[in-house]
Amino acid sequence: MSILEMLSWPFMQRALIAGVLVSLCAALLGVSLVLKRYSMIGDGLSHVSFGALAVAVALGVTPLYFSIPVVILAAFLLLRMASRPHWNSDAAIAATSASALALGILVISRTTGMTTDVDNYMFGSVLAMTEADVYLSAGVCAAVLVLFILFYHKLFAVTFDESFSRATGLRVDRYNTLLAVLTALTIVLGMRMMGAMLISSLVIFPALTAMRLFKSFRGVVICAAASSVVCFCGGLTASWVWSTPVGASVVAANLALFLCACLLRALRRR
Amino acid sequence: MKPRELIVCRDVSLGYEGQSVLTHLDLTIRAGDYLCIVGDNGSGKSTLLRGLLGLLAPQQGEIWRAGELRRGAVGYLPQQTRAQRDFPATVSEVVLSGCLNGRGMRFFYSGAQKSRALMNMGKLGILELKDQCYRDLSGGQQQRVLLARALCAASSLLILDEPITGLDPAAAQDLYKILSYLNEKEGMAVVMVTHDLKTALRGARTVLHIGRSSYFCGTAADYLASPQGRRFREEEA
Repeated sequence: MSILEMLSWPFMQRALIAGVLVSLCAALLGVSLVLKRYSMIGDGLSHVSFGALAVAVALGVTPLYFSIPVVILAAFLLLRMASRPHWNSDAAIAATSASALALGILVISRTTGMTTDVDNYMFGSVLAMTEADVYLSAGVCAAVLVLFILFYHKLFAVTFDESFSRATGLRVDRYNTLLAVLTALTIVLGMRMMGAMLISSLVIFPALTAMRLFKSFRGVVICAAASSVVCFCGGLTASWVWSTPVGASVVAANLALFLCACLLRALRRR
Repeated sequence: MKPRELIVCRDVSLGYEGQSVLTHLDLTIRAGDYLCIVGDNGSGKSTLLRGLLGLLAPQQGEIWRAGELRRGAVGYLPQQTRAQRDFPATVSEVVLSGCLNGRGMRFFYSGAQKSRALMNMGKLGILELKDQCYRDLSGGQQQRVLLARALCAASSLLILDEPITGLDPAAAQDLYKILSYLNEKEGMAVVMVTHDLKTALRGARTVLHIGRSSYFCGTAADYLASPQGRRFREEEA
């Protein structure tokens, strides 16, 4: 009854469609990112996209047109940092994300002031998704799915062992860049609904949950995608029923499933 | 007539960002060779491997590589990374990934590639582990898996970077036996960087010692008689 009522609202329909698509992409990309020890990049990108959003609002530009190129640029930069062996890369990434966040807050406080808008950017709002966002999410999701399926074996090789792949002539940097760009797009799209502080969990949690349960790469990928979609739908419904913020509810659902997976693994090991 | 050349280094200098780690090195690797590269830490062994693999362009001189190697047919066994130890992948997924190479826009594995992977798993005695998870295997089994992957990629040259690191003595012996078998029975050329001189010298036919200012390159027996090799023998005694 209440679920049918929930789905009768256009904004909820938009949130559901866009959210399912974004969480599907985030989970697929997340498996590679987590296994390559690039989780911090996802987190860094979400902070950069917060800064970009704040600047875009201050300049009066359509947020997506401004933040998509900025975040893609940041993705290149963070990837470069992470692959430098001589650098303290996690410190560099942490510094970048804090700086982007600070810049965003400074810009907001000098222009519109710290209003509910900031709150929405930080922690997300279910009302944020417009019709254009839904179309864009569908486009990005289709691109991620097609590229992921076509390059599945190569992404596996690059994720498992960069040095070997390089030696056999795979263009490792190209695949890393592809991964970073797609992650950047996914994060920008999902950020306004999930919130800049919370979006990275959409990348990280499904992979962690799946890694607890499955032994093959293919199993992990499929389980991550499924658990991400289920958690999003669960979180969205919970947020409707108990009127909690959608971003936090989805993260809570992911955490719950992750803990279940840990428990299951512990039981299986005994 | 000597066997065909796979890699030829002529007066090669290798290094990073203007600083040379190795200078004026001449080296020829032929089909069926078994070469051990030894030397102190930081002497440039790994840098040389990167050069041989074509991942690092020489600052000076020339590294000539046979056509098949340029097409990515290199059997490389890199050092294991931290991330790999808890990687969720089955043995057959890992071995199959050796069949990929940079050439060609094939997106999926062909039947021939799959049977090649099965054959190499059989050769290394890991066929029954096919559906097991890579992270649950012992160190020795993991090395066999990576070796099977390397065999999928190449048919004439294996390049190994400290393959016995972290293996117990029995597993290390086992690995050397496999390498000798591949070298003698299948004519696979083996190039290996190692710290473990004693056992390695038993299998190797040629030794390249990279010292601070000089190189030694010759047979294992000559190496033991040379000043560098004598130092090693004294350390052993």
